[in-house]
Amino acid sequence: MKYTEEHEWLEDSDGVVTVGITGHAATQLGDVVFVELPEVGRTITKGEEIVVIESVKAASDILAPLDGEIVEVNAALADNPGLVNEDAEAAWFFRMTTTTPEEMNDMMDEDGYAEFVAD
Amino acid sequence: MDDPIPLPLDGLHAELGGRMVPFAGYSMPVQYPAGVMAEHLHTRAKAGLFDVSHMGQVVVRGDGAAAALETLVPVDVAGLAEGRQRYGVLTFPDGGVADDLMVANRGDHLLLVVNGAMKHLDLEILRKGLPDHSVEMLEDRALLALQGPSAEGALAALVPGAAGMRFMDVATFDWEGATLWISRSGYTGEDGFEISVPVERIDAFARALLAQEGVMPIGLGARDSLRLEAGMPLYGQDLTAGITPVEAGLGWAIQKVRRAGGDRAGGFPGADRILAELAEGPRRIRVGLRPEGRAPMRAGVMLYESVEATAPCGTVTSGGFGPTVGAPVAMGYVPIGTAVGSVLYGDLRGRRLPVTIAELPFYQPRYRR
Repeated sequence: MKYTEEHEWLEDSDGVVTVGITGHAATQLGDVVFVELPEVGRTITKGEEIVVIESVKAASDILAPLDGEIVEVNAALADNPGLVNEDAEAAWFFRMTTTTPEEMNDMMDEDGYAEFVAD
Repeated sequence: MDDPIPLPLDGLHAELGGRMVPFAGYSMPVQYPAGVMAEHLHTRAKAGLFDVSHMGQVVVRGDGAAAALETLVPVDVAGLAEGRQRYGVLTFPDGGVADDLMVANRGDHLLLVVNGAMKHLDLEILRKGLPDHSVEMLEDRALLALQGPSAEGALAALVPGAAGMRFMDVATFDWEGATLWISRSGYTGEDGFEISVPVERIDAFARALLAQEGVMPIGLGARDSLRLEAGMPLYGQDLTAGITPVEAGLGWAIQKVRRAGGDRAGGFPGADRILAELAEGPRRIRVGLRPEGRAPMRAGVMLYESVEATAPCGTVTSGGFGPTVGAPVAMGYVPIGTAVGSVLYGDLRGRRLPVTIAELPFYQPRYRR
Protein backbone atom coordinates (compact mmCIF):
# COMPACT_ATOMS: atom_id res chain seq x y z
CA MET A 1 0.00 0.00 0.00
CA LYS A 2 1.24 3.51 -0.87
CA TYR A 3 0.18 6.83 0.64
CA THR A 4 0.02 10.44 -0.56
CA GLU A 5 0.40 13.66 1.39
CA GLU A 6 -3.27 14.28 0.54
CA HIS A 7 -4.12 11.30 2.80
CA GLU A 8 -5.05 8.87 0.04
CA TRP A 9 -4.04 5.23 -0.01
CA LEU A 10 -3.25 3.44 -3.29
CA GLU A 11 -3.05 -0.28 -3.88
CA ASP A 12 -1.63 -1.52 -7.16
CA SER A 13 -2.87 -4.88 -8.43
CA ASP A 14 -1.51 -5.79 -11.86
CA GLY A 15 -1.69 -2.25 -13.15
CA VAL A 16 -5.12 -1.41 -11.70
CA VAL A 17 -4.75 1.02 -8.81
CA THR A 18 -7.45 1.11 -6.11
CA VAL A 19 -7.74 4.45 -4.28
CA GLY A 20 -9.30 5.42 -0.94
CA ILE A 21 -8.69 7.82 1.93
CA THR A 22 -6.85 6.92 5.12
CA GLY A 23 -8.40 6.30 8.51
CA HIS A 24 -6.64 9.43 9.72
CA ALA A 25 -8.34 11.48 7.00
CA ALA A 26 -11.73 9.92 7.75
CA THR A 27 -11.38 10.79 11.44
CA GLN A 28 -10.44 14.37 10.59
CA LEU A 29 -13.41 14.73 8.24
CA GLY A 30 -15.92 13.37 10.71
CA ASP A 31 -19.10 11.55 9.67
CA VAL A 32 -19.23 11.36 5.88
CA VAL A 33 -22.75 12.06 4.57
CA PHE A 34 -22.28 12.33 0.80
CA VAL A 35 -19.85 11.06 -1.79
CA GLU A 36 -19.83 12.09 -5.44
CA LEU A 37 -17.86 9.66 -7.62
CA PRO A 38 -16.37 10.27 -11.07
CA GLU A 39 -17.68 8.61 -14.23
CA VAL A 40 -16.13 5.36 -15.33
CA GLY A 41 -14.02 5.97 -18.44
CA ARG A 42 -13.05 9.50 -17.44
CA THR A 43 -9.48 10.47 -18.23
CA ILE A 44 -7.86 12.14 -15.25
CA THR A 45 -4.78 14.27 -14.66
CA LYS A 46 -2.83 14.19 -11.42
CA GLY A 47 -4.03 16.90 -9.01
CA GLU A 48 -7.48 17.36 -10.53
CA GLU A 49 -10.51 17.12 -8.23
CA ILE A 50 -12.31 13.89 -8.98
CA VAL A 51 -14.29 12.95 -5.87
CA VAL A 52 -16.34 15.21 -3.60
CA ILE A 53 -16.69 14.11 0.01
CA GLU A 54 -19.12 15.94 2.25
CA SER A 55 -18.92 15.35 5.97
CA VAL A 56 -21.14 16.77 8.68
CA LYS A 57 -18.57 19.56 8.90
CA ALA A 58 -17.39 20.48 5.41
CA ALA A 59 -16.91 19.54 1.80
CA SER A 60 -13.54 18.28 0.63
CA ASP A 61 -12.09 16.68 -2.48
CA ILE A 62 -10.04 13.73 -3.46
CA LEU A 63 -7.44 14.75 -6.03
CA ALA A 64 -6.34 12.40 -8.76
CA PRO A 65 -3.12 10.83 -7.40
CA LEU A 66 -1.79 9.89 -10.86
CA ASP A 67 -2.50 10.45 -14.56
CA GLY A 68 -4.76 7.80 -16.05
CA GLU A 69 -8.34 6.63 -16.46
CA ILE A 70 -11.14 5.67 -14.07
CA VAL A 71 -12.09 2.03 -14.66
CA GLU A 72 -14.44 1.34 -11.74
CA VAL A 73 -16.16 3.23 -8.90
CA ASN A 74 -17.50 1.95 -5.57
CA ALA A 75 -21.22 2.63 -6.00
CA ALA A 76 -21.88 1.33 -2.47
CA LEU A 77 -20.40 4.56 -1.10
CA ALA A 78 -23.01 6.70 -2.81
CA ASP A 79 -25.75 4.77 -1.01
CA ASN A 80 -23.92 4.43 2.29
CA PRO A 81 -21.27 7.14 2.72
CA GLY A 82 -20.82 6.16 6.38
CA LEU A 83 -18.78 3.14 5.21
CA VAL A 84 -15.82 5.54 4.97
CA ASN A 85 -15.93 6.11 8.73
CA GLU A 86 -16.55 2.45 9.54
CA ASP A 87 -13.43 1.22 7.74
CA ALA A 88 -11.58 3.70 5.56
CA GLU A 89 -9.11 1.15 4.23
CA ALA A 90 -11.94 -1.08 2.98
CA ALA A 91 -14.10 1.77 1.61
CA TRP A 92 -12.33 2.30 -1.71
CA PHE A 93 -13.56 5.14 -3.92
CA PHE A 94 -12.38 4.22 -7.42
CA ARG A 95 -10.03 2.06 -9.45
CA MET A 96 -7.84 3.51 -12.16
CA THR A 97 -5.26 2.56 -14.74
CA THR A 98 -2.29 4.87 -14.94
CA THR A 99 0.19 6.10 -17.51
CA THR A 100 2.60 7.18 -14.77
CA PRO A 101 2.98 4.10 -12.52
CA GLU A 102 6.57 5.01 -11.69
CA GLU A 103 5.31 7.92 -9.57
CA MET A 104 4.02 5.43 -7.03
CA ASN A 105 7.62 4.56 -6.20
CA ASP A 106 8.11 8.01 -4.69
CA MET A 107 5.01 7.79 -2.48
CA MET A 108 5.15 7.00 1.23
CA ASP A 109 4.88 3.47 2.57
CA GLU A 110 2.89 2.68 5.72
CA ASP A 111 5.72 3.65 8.10
CA GLY A 112 6.41 6.82 6.16
CA TYR A 113 2.76 7.82 6.29
CA ALA A 114 2.53 7.09 10.02
CA GLU A 115 5.49 9.40 10.54
CA PHE A 116 3.94 12.02 8.22
CA VAL A 117 0.69 12.24 10.20
CA ALA A 118 2.53 12.16 13.52
CA ASP A 119 4.27 15.46 12.65
CA MET B 1 -5.68 37.39 15.48
CA ASP B 2 -5.24 36.82 19.20
CA ASP B 3 -4.88 33.30 20.49
CA PRO B 4 -8.22 31.71 21.39
CA ILE B 5 -9.07 32.05 25.08
CA PRO B 6 -9.56 28.77 26.95
CA LEU B 7 -13.00 28.25 28.51
CA PRO B 8 -13.29 27.58 32.25
CA LEU B 9 -14.02 23.94 31.35
CA ASP B 10 -10.93 23.59 29.13
CA GLY B 11 -9.46 20.84 31.31
CA LEU B 12 -12.66 18.81 31.23
CA HIS B 13 -12.94 19.16 27.44
CA ALA B 14 -9.41 17.80 27.08
CA GLU B 15 -10.19 14.92 29.45
CA LEU B 16 -13.30 14.07 27.41
CA GLY B 17 -11.30 14.04 24.17
CA GLY B 18 -12.89 17.19 22.74
CA ARG B 19 -11.46 18.36 19.42
CA MET B 20 -10.87 22.03 20.03
CA VAL B 21 -11.33 24.77 17.43
CA PRO B 22 -11.25 28.56 17.66
CA PHE B 23 -14.78 29.98 17.80
CA ALA B 24 -15.91 33.48 18.84
CA GLY B 25 -12.42 34.11 20.21
CA TYR B 26 -12.46 31.03 22.42
CA SER B 27 -11.05 27.56 22.15
CA MET B 28 -14.15 25.36 21.99
CA PRO B 29 -14.94 21.67 21.42
CA VAL B 30 -16.37 21.11 17.93
CA GLN B 31 -16.94 17.44 18.78
CA TYR B 32 -15.99 14.68 21.17
CA PRO B 33 -14.90 11.17 20.14
CA ALA B 34 -18.50 10.04 19.53
CA GLY B 35 -18.70 12.42 16.56
CA VAL B 36 -21.21 14.99 15.37
CA MET B 37 -23.80 12.51 14.07
CA ALA B 38 -23.90 10.43 17.28
CA GLU B 39 -23.90 13.54 19.47
CA HIS B 40 -26.81 15.02 17.54
CA LEU B 41 -28.90 11.84 17.73
CA HIS B 42 -28.05 11.36 21.41
CA THR B 43 -29.32 14.85 22.25
CA ARG B 44 -32.65 14.08 20.56
CA ALA B 45 -32.89 10.67 22.29
CA LYS B 46 -31.47 11.38 25.78
CA ALA B 47 -29.60 14.48 26.91
CA GLY B 48 -26.65 16.52 25.71
CA LEU B 49 -24.47 18.85 27.77
CA PHE B 50 -23.09 21.89 25.92
CA ASP B 51 -20.49 24.33 27.19
CA VAL B 52 -21.73 27.72 26.02
CA SER B 53 -19.56 29.80 28.34
CA HIS B 54 -18.41 31.89 25.36
CA MET B 55 -21.81 33.59 25.36
CA GLY B 56 -22.21 36.95 27.06
CA GLN B 57 -24.24 37.22 30.24
CA VAL B 58 -25.14 40.87 30.66
CA VAL B 59 -26.92 42.31 33.70
CA VAL B 60 -28.89 45.55 33.30
CA ARG B 61 -29.92 47.31 36.52
CA GLY B 62 -31.65 50.47 37.56
CA ASP B 63 -35.10 52.02 37.78
CA GLY B 64 -37.05 51.62 34.58
CA ALA B 65 -34.51 49.24 33.05
CA ALA B 66 -37.20 47.41 31.07
CA ALA B 67 -38.60 50.59 29.54
CA ALA B 68 -35.09 51.79 28.74
CA LEU B 69 -34.15 48.51 27.05
CA GLU B 70 -37.23 48.84 24.85
CA THR B 71 -35.46 51.74 23.11
CA LEU B 72 -32.94 49.18 21.78
CA VAL B 73 -35.07 46.10 21.07
CA PRO B 74 -38.45 45.64 19.36
CA VAL B 75 -39.60 43.47 22.24
CA ASP B 76 -42.18 43.81 25.00
CA VAL B 77 -39.69 43.95 27.89
CA ALA B 78 -41.86 46.02 30.23
CA GLY B 79 -44.59 43.38 30.03
CA LEU B 80 -42.22 40.53 30.82
CA ALA B 81 -43.26 39.04 34.17
CA GLU B 82 -40.68 38.37 36.85
CA GLY B 83 -39.28 34.88 36.40
CA ARG B 84 -39.89 34.87 32.64
CA GLN B 85 -37.64 35.13 29.60
CA ARG B 86 -38.18 36.21 26.01
CA TYR B 87 -36.28 35.97 22.71
CA GLY B 88 -35.47 39.18 20.88
CA VAL B 89 -33.07 41.09 18.68
CA LEU B 90 -30.94 44.21 19.04
CA THR B 91 -31.50 46.35 15.96
CA PHE B 92 -29.53 48.96 14.03
CA PRO B 93 -31.06 52.26 12.85
CA ASP B 94 -31.43 50.87 9.31
CA GLY B 95 -33.42 47.91 10.62
CA GLY B 96 -30.62 45.34 10.41
CA VAL B 97 -30.01 42.95 13.28
CA ALA B 98 -27.06 43.70 15.59
CA ASP B 99 -27.51 40.45 17.53
CA ASP B 100 -30.16 38.09 18.78
CA LEU B 101 -30.55 37.45 22.47
CA MET B 102 -32.58 36.22 25.40
CA VAL B 103 -33.81 38.73 27.96
CA ALA B 104 -34.99 37.57 31.38
CA ASN B 105 -36.75 39.47 34.13
CA ARG B 106 -34.91 38.35 37.26
CA GLY B 107 -36.68 40.69 39.65
CA ASP B 108 -34.15 43.37 40.60
CA HIS B 109 -32.36 43.15 37.22
CA LEU B 110 -32.64 42.07 33.62
CA LEU B 111 -30.32 39.32 32.39
CA LEU B 112 -29.42 39.32 28.71
CA VAL B 113 -27.71 36.32 27.13
CA VAL B 114 -26.02 37.28 23.86
CA ASN B 115 -23.84 35.63 21.23
CA GLY B 116 -20.17 35.15 22.12
CA ALA B 117 -18.87 36.61 18.87
CA MET B 118 -21.02 39.75 19.27
CA LYS B 119 -20.90 40.36 23.00
CA HIS B 120 -18.33 43.16 23.00
CA LEU B 121 -20.23 45.11 20.34
CA ASP B 122 -23.49 44.40 22.19
CA LEU B 123 -21.99 45.79 25.38
CA GLU B 124 -21.06 49.00 23.56
CA ILE B 125 -24.57 49.34 22.10
CA LEU B 126 -26.17 48.68 25.48
CA ARG B 127 -23.92 51.08 27.39
CA LYS B 128 -24.39 53.82 24.83
CA GLY B 129 -28.14 53.25 24.64
CA LEU B 130 -28.68 52.93 28.40
CA PRO B 131 -26.51 55.74 29.85
CA ASP B 132 -28.57 55.99 33.05
CA HIS B 133 -28.43 52.28 33.86
CA SER B 134 -25.79 49.89 35.04
CA VAL B 135 -24.78 47.49 32.25
CA GLU B 136 -22.34 44.81 33.31
CA MET B 137 -20.99 41.78 31.47
CA LEU B 138 -20.45 39.01 33.99
CA GLU B 139 -16.98 37.49 33.92
CA ASP B 140 -17.52 35.34 37.02
CA ARG B 141 -20.24 33.11 35.55
CA ALA B 142 -20.00 30.29 33.03
CA LEU B 143 -22.94 28.88 31.04
CA LEU B 144 -24.05 25.33 30.29
CA ALA B 145 -26.95 24.04 28.23
CA LEU B 146 -28.53 20.69 29.04
CA GLN B 147 -30.86 19.63 26.23
CA GLY B 148 -33.00 16.63 25.36
CA PRO B 149 -35.82 14.49 26.73
CA SER B 150 -33.67 13.26 29.65
CA ALA B 151 -32.53 16.78 30.60
CA GLU B 152 -35.28 17.33 33.16
CA GLY B 153 -34.55 14.12 35.04
CA ALA B 154 -30.80 14.67 34.99
CA LEU B 155 -30.99 18.24 36.25
CA ALA B 156 -33.71 17.47 38.79
CA ALA B 157 -31.43 14.85 40.36
CA LEU B 158 -29.14 17.73 41.36
CA VAL B 159 -31.65 20.59 41.53
CA PRO B 160 -35.12 19.12 42.24
CA GLY B 161 -36.93 22.44 41.79
CA ALA B 162 -35.92 22.73 38.15
CA ALA B 163 -38.45 20.06 37.16
CA GLY B 164 -41.29 22.44 38.00
CA MET B 165 -40.18 25.08 35.50
CA ARG B 166 -42.05 25.71 32.26
CA PHE B 167 -40.59 26.70 28.89
CA MET B 168 -39.00 30.18 29.19
CA ASP B 169 -39.21 30.30 32.99
CA VAL B 170 -36.12 31.60 34.79
CA ALA B 171 -35.31 30.94 38.44
CA THR B 172 -32.48 30.86 40.99
CA PHE B 173 -31.49 27.63 42.72
CA ASP B 174 -28.82 26.46 45.12
CA TRP B 175 -26.59 23.50 44.30
CA GLU B 176 -24.21 22.61 47.13
CA GLY B 177 -23.73 26.26 47.98
CA ALA B 178 -23.41 27.45 44.38
CA THR B 179 -26.06 29.89 43.16
CA LEU B 180 -27.41 28.70 39.79
CA TRP B 181 -29.47 30.85 37.44
CA ILE B 182 -31.54 28.46 35.37
CA SER B 183 -33.81 29.05 32.39
CA ARG B 184 -35.91 26.42 30.64
CA SER B 185 -34.82 27.12 27.09
CA GLY B 186 -32.23 26.18 24.51
CA TYR B 187 -31.02 26.12 20.94
CA THR B 188 -31.74 22.56 19.83
CA GLY B 189 -35.52 22.18 19.49
CA GLU B 190 -35.54 19.95 22.55
CA ASP B 191 -36.86 20.57 26.02
CA GLY B 192 -33.96 21.63 28.19
CA PHE B 193 -32.23 24.16 30.37
CA GLU B 194 -29.57 26.83 30.22
CA ILE B 195 -27.68 27.08 33.49
CA SER B 196 -25.50 29.96 34.62
CA VAL B 197 -22.94 28.72 37.15
CA PRO B 198 -20.25 30.56 39.15
CA VAL B 199 -16.95 29.97 37.31
CA GLU B 200 -15.28 28.39 40.34
CA ARG B 201 -17.99 25.70 40.52
CA ILE B 202 -18.54 25.03 36.80
CA ASP B 203 -16.16 22.08 36.63
CA ALA B 204 -17.76 20.28 39.60
CA PHE B 205 -21.28 21.01 38.35
CA ALA B 206 -20.56 19.86 34.78
CA ARG B 207 -19.06 16.62 36.11
CA ALA B 208 -22.10 16.07 38.33
CA LEU B 209 -24.37 16.44 35.28
CA LEU B 210 -22.23 14.14 33.13
CA ALA B 211 -22.49 11.50 35.87
CA GLN B 212 -26.28 11.42 35.42
CA GLU B 213 -27.94 8.70 33.36
CA GLY B 214 -28.04 9.52 29.65
CA VAL B 215 -26.00 12.75 29.71
CA MET B 216 -23.27 13.04 27.08
CA PRO B 217 -21.01 16.02 26.21
CA ILE B 218 -21.91 17.64 22.88
CA GLY B 219 -19.74 19.89 20.71
CA LEU B 220 -20.39 22.86 18.45
CA GLY B 221 -20.85 20.66 15.36
CA ALA B 222 -23.99 19.00 16.71
CA ARG B 223 -25.15 22.28 18.26
CA ASP B 224 -25.21 23.66 14.72
CA SER B 225 -27.04 20.72 13.13
CA LEU B 226 -29.57 20.60 16.00
CA ARG B 227 -30.45 24.30 15.72
CA LEU B 228 -30.57 24.02 11.92
CA GLU B 229 -33.14 21.21 12.09
CA ALA B 230 -35.06 23.27 14.66
CA GLY B 231 -35.17 26.16 12.16
CA MET B 232 -33.31 28.57 14.45
CA PRO B 233 -31.21 31.29 12.85
CA LEU B 234 -27.50 31.63 13.62
CA TYR B 235 -26.21 35.16 14.01
CA GLY B 236 -23.46 35.86 11.47
CA GLN B 237 -25.09 33.60 8.87
CA ASP B 238 -28.89 33.68 8.90
CA LEU B 239 -29.03 36.96 10.81
CA THR B 240 -26.71 39.85 10.02
CA ALA B 241 -26.56 43.63 10.05
CA GLY B 242 -27.92 43.46 6.48
CA ILE B 243 -31.05 41.48 7.37
CA THR B 244 -34.12 42.79 9.22
CA PRO B 245 -35.94 40.71 11.82
CA VAL B 246 -39.01 40.66 9.57
CA GLU B 247 -37.02 39.23 6.65
CA ALA B 248 -35.63 36.66 9.08
CA GLY B 249 -39.16 35.51 9.95
CA LEU B 250 -38.85 36.80 13.50
CA GLY B 251 -42.03 38.87 13.43
CA TRP B 252 -43.40 36.58 16.16
CA ALA B 253 -40.74 38.01 18.51
CA ILE B 254 -42.11 41.55 18.03
CA GLN B 255 -45.12 41.68 20.33
CA LYS B 256 -48.32 43.55 19.43
CA VAL B 257 -47.63 46.31 21.94
CA ARG B 258 -44.48 47.32 20.02
CA ARG B 259 -46.16 47.23 16.59
CA ALA B 260 -48.08 49.96 14.81
CA GLY B 261 -51.21 50.70 16.84
CA GLY B 262 -49.72 49.22 20.03
CA ASP B 263 -49.39 51.21 23.27
CA ARG B 264 -45.60 51.33 22.95
CA ALA B 265 -45.33 51.09 19.17
CA GLY B 266 -41.89 51.70 17.66
CA GLY B 267 -39.26 53.62 19.56
CA PHE B 268 -36.44 51.19 18.77
CA PRO B 269 -33.66 51.52 16.16
CA GLY B 270 -34.96 50.81 12.66
CA ALA B 271 -38.60 51.00 13.74
CA ASP B 272 -39.69 52.79 10.56
CA ARG B 273 -38.48 50.06 8.28
CA ILE B 274 -39.32 47.15 10.58
CA LEU B 275 -42.89 48.28 11.25
CA ALA B 276 -43.41 49.00 7.55
CA GLU B 277 -42.18 45.52 6.67
CA LEU B 278 -44.50 43.99 9.25
CA ALA B 279 -47.42 45.82 7.63
CA GLU B 280 -46.51 45.46 3.95
CA GLY B 281 -44.21 42.45 3.90
CA PRO B 282 -40.47 42.41 3.30
CA ARG B 283 -38.81 41.94 -0.11
CA ARG B 284 -37.34 38.60 0.83
CA ILE B 285 -37.90 36.03 3.52
CA ARG B 286 -36.00 33.30 5.33
CA VAL B 287 -37.26 29.83 4.36
CA GLY B 288 -36.36 26.20 4.79
CA LEU B 289 -34.68 24.44 1.87
CA ARG B 290 -34.59 20.74 1.09
CA PRO B 291 -31.91 19.88 -1.49
CA GLU B 292 -32.80 16.90 -3.66
CA GLY B 293 -30.54 13.89 -3.20
CA ARG B 294 -27.84 13.62 -0.59
CA ALA B 295 -25.47 16.50 -1.37
CA PRO B 296 -25.63 19.18 1.35
CA MET B 297 -25.96 22.81 0.27
CA ARG B 298 -24.04 24.99 2.68
CA ALA B 299 -23.92 28.70 3.43
CA GLY B 300 -23.01 30.74 0.36
CA VAL B 301 -24.67 28.53 -2.27
CA MET B 302 -26.53 30.82 -4.69
CA LEU B 303 -30.12 30.02 -5.63
CA TYR B 304 -31.62 30.46 -9.12
CA GLU B 305 -35.16 30.31 -10.45
CA SER B 306 -34.15 27.96 -13.24
CA VAL B 307 -31.22 25.99 -14.58
CA GLU B 308 -30.65 28.73 -17.17
CA ALA B 309 -31.21 31.87 -15.07
CA THR B 310 -28.16 34.13 -15.03
CA ALA B 311 -28.94 36.24 -11.95
CA PRO B 312 -29.42 34.56 -8.58
CA CYS B 313 -32.74 35.08 -6.75
CA GLY B 314 -31.55 33.98 -3.33
CA THR B 315 -28.80 32.54 -1.14
CA VAL B 316 -28.32 29.68 1.28
CA THR B 317 -27.26 31.06 4.68
CA SER B 318 -26.98 27.78 6.64
CA GLY B 319 -26.96 24.22 5.47
CA GLY B 320 -25.70 20.77 6.13
CA PHE B 321 -26.83 17.27 6.80
CA GLY B 322 -29.73 16.84 9.24
CA PRO B 323 -29.06 13.62 11.17
CA THR B 324 -32.62 13.35 12.52
CA VAL B 325 -34.19 14.34 9.19
CA GLY B 326 -31.81 11.89 7.50
CA ALA B 327 -31.20 14.22 4.57
CA PRO B 328 -29.55 17.52 3.76
CA VAL B 329 -31.38 20.57 5.09
CA ALA B 330 -30.68 24.25 4.68
CA MET B 331 -32.14 27.70 5.19
CA GLY B 332 -31.75 30.82 3.17
CA TYR B 333 -33.33 33.92 1.72
CA VAL B 334 -35.67 33.94 -1.29
CA PRO B 335 -38.00 36.56 -2.79
CA ILE B 336 -41.24 37.05 -0.85
CA GLY B 337 -44.01 35.01 -2.40
CA THR B 338 -41.83 32.01 -3.22
CA ALA B 339 -44.28 29.28 -2.27
CA VAL B 340 -43.53 26.33 -0.04
CA GLY B 341 -43.15 23.33 -2.33
CA SER B 342 -41.77 25.30 -5.25
CA VAL B 343 -38.36 24.40 -6.66
CA LEU B 344 -35.27 26.57 -7.03
CA TYR B 345 -31.82 25.55 -8.20
CA GLY B 346 -28.71 25.78 -6.06
CA ASP B 347 -25.37 26.22 -7.77
CA LEU B 348 -23.23 23.42 -6.39
CA ARG B 349 -19.74 23.21 -7.83
CA GLY B 350 -20.94 24.65 -11.11
CA ARG B 351 -24.05 22.53 -11.43
CA ARG B 352 -27.63 23.63 -10.80
CA LEU B 353 -29.28 21.15 -8.45
CA PRO B 354 -32.96 21.31 -7.45
CA VAL B 355 -33.92 22.43 -3.96
CA THR B 356 -37.49 22.56 -2.65
CA ILE B 357 -38.79 25.41 -0.48
CA ALA B 358 -39.89 23.91 2.85
CA GLU B 359 -41.59 25.03 6.05
CA LEU B 360 -39.37 25.72 9.04
CA PRO B 361 -38.67 23.99 11.32
CA PHE B 362 -37.56 20.65 9.86
CA TYR B 363 -37.91 19.19 13.34
CA GLN B 364 -40.89 20.06 15.52
CA PRO B 365 -39.65 21.40 18.89
CA ARG B 366 -40.60 19.50 22.02
CA TYR B 367 -40.79 22.25 24.61
CA ARG B 368 -42.46 21.85 28.02
CA ARG B 369 -44.97 24.66 27.84
